[in-house]
Amino acid sequence: MKSSLIPAVRLTIVLILLLSGVYNLVIFGIAQIAPNHGKGEIVMYNGKVYYSNIGQSFTEDKYFWSRPSAVNYNAAGSGGSNMSPFNKDYLKTVQARIDTFLVHDPGIKKQDIPVGLVTASGSGLDPDLSPAGALIQVPRIARVRHLPENQVRALVHANIQRPLFGLFGPAKVNVLKLNIALDKLSLK
Amino acid sequence: MDTEISGIVCMFVATLVISFPLGRYIAKVYEGQRTLLDPVFNPVEKFLYRISGIHISREMNWKQQMAAMLTINMIWFLLGMFILMNQSWLPLNPDHNPGQSPDLAFNTAISFITNCNLQDYSGETGVSYLSQLYLMFLHFASAATGMAAAAAVFNGLKSSTTDKLGNFYNYFIKSITRILLPVSFIIAILFVFNGMPMTFLGKDTLTSLQGAIMHISRGPVAGYVAIKHLGTNGGGFFNANSAHPFENPDYFTNMVEMIAQMIIPFAMVFALGFYLKRKKLAYVIFAVMTLGFLLLVIPNISMETKGNPAIAAMGINTSAGNMEGKEVRFGAAASGYWSIATTVISTGSVNSMHDSFMPLSGMNMMLAMMVNCFYGGVGVGFLNFFVFIILAVFIGGLMVGRTPEFLGKKIEAREMKIALIVALLHPFLILTGTALASYIYVQDPSAYAAWLNNPGFHGFSEMLYQYASTTANNGSSFAGLGATTPWWNISTGFVLLFSRYLPIIGPVAIAGSLAAKKYTPESAGTLKPDTATFGLMTFAVIFIITALSFFPSLALGPIAEYFTFH
Repeated sequence: MKSSLIPAVRLTIVLILLLSGVYNLVIFGIAQIAPNHGKGEIVMYNGKVYYSNIGQSFTEDKYFWSRPSAVNYNAAGSGGSNMSPFNKDYLKTVQARIDTFLVHDPGIKKQDIPVGLVTASGSGLDPDLSPAGALIQVPRIARVRHLPENQVRALVHANIQRPLFGLFGPAKVNVLKLNIALDKLSLK
Repeated sequence: MDTEISGIVCMFVATLVISFPLGRYIAKVYEGQRTLLDPVFNPVEKFLYRISGIHISREMNWKQQMAAMLTINMIWFLLGMFILMNQSWLPLNPDHNPGQSPDLAFNTAISFITNCNLQDYSGETGVSYLSQLYLMFLHFASAATGMAAAAAVFNGLKSSTTDKLGNFYNYFIKSITRILLPVSFIIAILFVFNGMPMTFLGKDTLTSLQGAIMHISRGPVAGYVAIKHLGTNGGGFFNANSAHPFENPDYFTNMVEMIAQMIIPFAMVFALGFYLKRKKLAYVIFAVMTLGFLLLVIPNISMETKGNPAIAAMGINTSAGNMEGKEVRFGAAASGYWSIATTVISTGSVNSMHDSFMPLSGMNMMLAMMVNCFYGGVGVGFLNFFVFIILAVFIGGLMVGRTPEFLGKKIEAREMKIALIVALLHPFLILTGTALASYIYVQDPSAYAAWLNNPGFHGFSEMLYQYASTTANNGSSFAGLGATTPWWNISTGFVLLFSRYLPIIGPVAIAGSLAAKKYTPESAGTLKPDTATFGLMTFAVIFIITALSFFPSLALGPIAEYFTFH
């Protein structure tokens, strides 16, 4: 083992320079031509910067709500609830979310509430809703913002991102982008 | 076809299509044959050899190989302890994260040198960028360690008679320079242009549209996530791992990460076929592994897309599936697929929270780690399967009444003893660990309440999962387990040391012993390993050992939990 100690130390040092150093610096260099220079993709609105991939908490009635989050959309401490599916406390939480939703959106049929709206995401930062999760909130938004329902519905449809190449994965709606578009619509 | 299902099919097919030629390439690399990019790699490798004073022409026997492997791993461990404990004052710490406690650093350092990547810390607050860069080095180094061991075993299975298995450093360095580094580089570039950050800036602060203050962690994510998957390491840059939108921004990156983590485990099997010129043997092994994989993954996709019956009973629309702990952009199906892919191979990265999966989905994930050789981690997956082959050859040989032999070399008491020790060590570590933890817990459930996030059977599953994951060098968790305590840091640290190095040393020792034996050409009486019958035989051995070892513990955890609702 002694004879392999010196080569091992030297090899470790030079490999750290290559793999921790050179490899990362080259990718960092290439990232300078990527969107926002590799600092995370952003959307601008009213002169403010937002990260389009990082979900935000939306709880006010005038906005499309985002999904529940176990970490309250803390982007410096991501995580899920890690609740097991039959945990009684957890099921009470879900029931409470359903009840809250029905209070804020009277007239919605319970069996139409999509499960994504009452369950917490894995990261606690989910930027998306399913199309159904956005569409079911249309009547509330229209009522609170005094907009025609079909106009709000059209806005949601315009913001649906289709599956990759139209073939792979689920369709989704970015909640932040949808709410920015909604604010713009209200200003008109 | 449903786009969620077609996405999964596309991922599997793409993995297969890439890994076949990659396997041929890997075989060429280990044989030392010429490859297309020699003009690029030769000078780099020569430089590495010269600087470190390594002579790759010096062949090593199995003991020298393992001594070299253990020595360099020990250096990585010590350096890792030092960096993790002192990261607070070392450079590249823009978020001013504190140094790790000794027990946490012990766990983290071991967990990354062993390719496990169990993380008892949160990526956002528990490590500096310097530590992340060092962990990235370990991603490469631990993966290459496993691959070098597999290459030594390939060498030992050749028909020639020798006590030499090639040079450890040669296999190790070439695994990095010719396989891991170039492929990671391509993947990282794909990531950079699809929304993954690659920056050395610290947290950003902004006001959300609704008016809340938000702090947003960033970092050199793209380079990290590329090798994290290619090397089946799995340790996350952020706490939420590949569920985090910066670590896995969309369905495209999800597909790339999924394909990246499976190509080398697939390719190593094909590489064996090309290396030994026994392609049929490779196909039989691959078929057995795929059978096992499908038996686990199809039920998981089905259960997760069906959703949680307890929530369906509340009368809402659960057609999206079991969405607790899952991200909308991946959906339940791709999350179910990932849950098994990441546990059959030893990645342990997650794109959804395993703790919130349906009970029997959780059981399948544990089974994947308890078997630990359906594809398996880079290099070591094949080593684990090799142990089961030896057992199957021996049992098969007894059944037909002949001396057991594999590829023309006799399997005798010595090889059998090693294979059995390695095969039984796995359940021993998982079950003993879980039993000890359960014992401690029941002594004073209120004192250890923070251990378990969920009561009852699922709480037991959280502990069982942790030791299964540790022993399989997987690194995923039922993350509700409060593992940042000295008991978990230290006990899993020691389990890791045993469960990583003995299952590498054992198969290499068998290969070394087989290599030194006389080659007997195949005759009419030889038990042929490249037949469907032998494949089924191996599958049966795996099934019986797993079922006998683990059924009681699974009955206490996920199976009991299942029956609480049904």
